[in-house]
Amino acid sequence: MTEHTVQTTTGEQNVPETRAEEQTLRPPVDIFEMTEGLVVVADLPGVPKDQVDINVHEGVLTIHGKLQHEAPGTPLHNEFELRNFYRQFRLTGEVDTENIRAEMKYGVLTVTLPKSEKAKPKRIQVKTSS
Amino acid sequence: MAPNQGWDPFRELDHLRREVERMFQDFGVNLPSGGKRTPAFLPGQGARGMYPLLNIADDENNIYVEALAPGVDPQSFDVAVQENTLRISGEKQALSTDIEPDAYHRHERSAGRFTRTIGLPVEVNTENMDAQYKDGVLLITLPKSESAKPRQIQVKVS
Repeated sequence: MTEHTVQTTTGEQNVPETRAEEQTLRPPVDIFEMTEGLVVVADLPGVPKDQVDINVHEGVLTIHGKLQHEAPGTPLHNEFELRNFYRQFRLTGEVDTENIRAEMKYGVLTVTLPKSEKAKPKRIQVKTSS
Repeated sequence: MAPNQGWDPFRELDHLRREVERMFQDFGVNLPSGGKRTPAFLPGQGARGMYPLLNIADDENNIYVEALAPGVDPQSFDVAVQENTLRISGEKQALSTDIEPDAYHRHERSAGRFTRTIGLPVEVNTENMDAQYKDGVLLITLPKSESAKPRQIQVKVS
């Protein structure tokens, strides 16, 4: 199972394409493969647990985090600007969409995408005949 | 000639230092990726000495310092004020070390210890400071000391 970053916004119906392109940040991610499936870890600072939307539609994984952050006071010096987060990946290989797990902790999202049964490698026993 | 007029080599040097600092800051902070400006979250990479990124704001009574630090173990935070200098240090947790390096498809995040020190614009009251960590953003509230607060002067009509 592999993934590719999707350049165009496909699959996501609720987000107007132009808005999503202009006003979102692309979160940095780690993606790695475990025996049970693919794990995606993304930094989404300022996004609370209940404001993360993850879906897999036609093989495209969409991560959409809505920012809930209010800057206090009058700004004196700014080094970062938070916005909504949006990023998509094309997944190759079957994902068991029923069993996707997501966890949010300290602004870091972890998504586990288990492989569906038919995508799991089947071990072939090599028999020796003497 | 008054000291604030004409050519002052020290002032010129200071200008140059600021220019160079700003150049490096811009370089580390806003790396254009795919045409979009993305903040550098990564400690150590492209943001040396600039992690975590900070926003500083104030109102009448407080100075607010916000640090962009997702994935930090709250226990590892060490925030201290000494002589108008704020020091923030902590550790961004690494992913489990059992993951084989060749299991990675993408490795854009980074982890490790960080320390950042900044000078505060005004004197603060070190008694009632507060720091809150929420959704990966650390908010430090520093009350301004009495002498730093603006004072209104009553204009009397005689």
